[in-house]
Amino acid sequence: MLKPTLKALLLIGTVLLTSLSSPLVSAKGVYQSGPDFIAEAFNQPPNKATLWLTNDIREQAAEILGHPLAGLRVRYHQLDNKTAWILEEIGKEMPITIGVVVAEGKIEQVKILAYRESRGGEVRYPAYTRQYLGASLTHNNNLDQSIDGITGATLSVWAVNKVAALALYYHGQVINSRDPS
Amino acid sequence: MNKKLLALVVGMTLSTAATAAETPNLEQLWNMVQQQQAEIAALKDQLGESNARLQETEIVAEATVTAIEQFALAPMASKKTTFGGYGELHYNNLETDDASGTKDAIDFHRFVMFTGHQFTDSIRFFSELELEHSLSGNGHPGEMELEQAYIEWDATENLTAKAGLFLMPIGIINETHEPNTFYGTERNNVEKNIIPATWWEAGAAIKGEITQGLSYDLAAHSGLYIAEGDHKPRDGRQKVAKAKADDMAFTGRIKYTAIPGLELAASFQHQADVRQGEGVAIDGTLFETHIAWQRDSFQLRALYAQWDFDDAINTTKMGADEQTGMYIEPSFKLNDKLGLFARYSSWDNTAGSSTDSEITQIDLGVNYWLHPNVVFKFDYQNQDAPGESGYDGINMGVGYSF
Repeated sequence: MLKPTLKALLLIGTVLLTSLSSPLVSAKGVYQSGPDFIAEAFNQPPNKATLWLTNDIREQAAEILGHPLAGLRVRYHQLDNKTAWILEEIGKEMPITIGVVVAEGKIEQVKILAYRESRGGEVRYPAYTRQYLGASLTHNNNLDQSIDGITGATLSVWAVNKVAALALYYHGQVINSRDPS
Repeated sequence: MNKKLLALVVGMTLSTAATAAETPNLEQLWNMVQQQQAEIAALKDQLGESNARLQETEIVAEATVTAIEQFALAPMASKKTTFGGYGELHYNNLETDDASGTKDAIDFHRFVMFTGHQFTDSIRFFSELELEHSLSGNGHPGEMELEQAYIEWDATENLTAKAGLFLMPIGIINETHEPNTFYGTERNNVEKNIIPATWWEAGAAIKGEITQGLSYDLAAHSGLYIAEGDHKPRDGRQKVAKAKADDMAFTGRIKYTAIPGLELAASFQHQADVRQGEGVAIDGTLFETHIAWQRDSFQLRALYAQWDFDDAINTTKMGADEQTGMYIEPSFKLNDKLGLFARYSSWDNTAGSSTDSEITQIDLGVNYWLHPNVVFKFDYQNQDAPGESGYDGINMGVGYSF
């Protein structure tokens, strides 16, 4: 008769092998590529553009994120009054890659493109990201909608909240710079 | 007449000469065109050179900015190795109901450093090193602990495997316990005394998703060692320090998180012999279930945990064959910075006996988040334990994570 230890190891091994041989095999962590996200967000090819991080923008962005900003610029895509941003923010230890589409100052889509943290992957569920739809910025650069969190993934939830607010802020900078009125 | 004719001829001649001076002949025109063509060609060259220089400048600028961003400013995506941590300082001012015992202490309870490294998008390393109670070593109250150190591999989109030293997938705070993520200065006594958090073991584990929002964990790992004379699971944590491995343990968890803000989970653990081969074998089984629900500013956490050990453990401590605990903790955030909570807990490490050995505790308190990652805490506790030995009083603390 097999020892319980061996039985459990066999069980884990079986589950592992079954999963490995399933057609779902792909690199977990990266759920969608940036180009695919952009293509999906626009119904025709958008313009590529760059937002240079001036001191004012850098200050506001740092306030939203709660830490200084890396980089000198942010690349984005735009078509008319709609912009798409692919940004990264660390949850607990690893960067989460988040795609955000903003139209007319409101969030049209939030999608987790890559998640690398050990816990908290639930932030990628559509049921979670749907909460951001229609959110805009308050005058304090906070989201104007309440987002229900995920137990055990507080830091990942905060990261997505911050990125959503940052994308809205960047969108405002881009649209305002184009329309002096 | 002749004079008039002569004047007319002279006039016409002069006029023709003047016209001839203003209108270039064909050769002159040709020369002019040639000269202008040369000038146009020169201008074109200059323009082309300017364009080339402009393009070159753009390339240089692009390369410079990219290099600055990649090497000087180091964007997060390029940071393969990450560093973080958390810490908490506690002050306790407690006294037993019969005033025979006090706990009046200030303690830097935990100073923790995280280090992680991402080898590829699907292979990574996590670690957590903790200094407890500020000063470790012989005769000192604290200890240095390696709480996590494992390799994690995303085998498929729905399956992640890990090997090494990792936290048990049991309870609410065992895996996520940064001070800014929970209410109360001290971690709750149910998870501490029954589960027992913080609890880590070494081995291998897999986790996966059955469907979106329904996940499972399975782990085979080192087990408790509850030595002769001890009976509490907390006494049996070996902390993977030259740990006895005569008998392993197995843990499973199922977790439902399909609805934002809601977590329902149940964990199960079995170990055939918590005595690790010494004396009479005592098997132990842990069952834990909890709900964590957050809706807008309101949050509710409730947990129940129960250990069932072989009756043989009663020879050490009567009633230790059953050890149970539960707590319920509603909380409310007044705003982003201020939250209030109440908690009712009860636990019993000798619940198998008919004697009243249950300890209950009510906590009321407040968290103030100076920053999402920096929290100040204040709470009052009222504990009832057999023999008037329950501690009442206040706890204060400051904590951070990054």
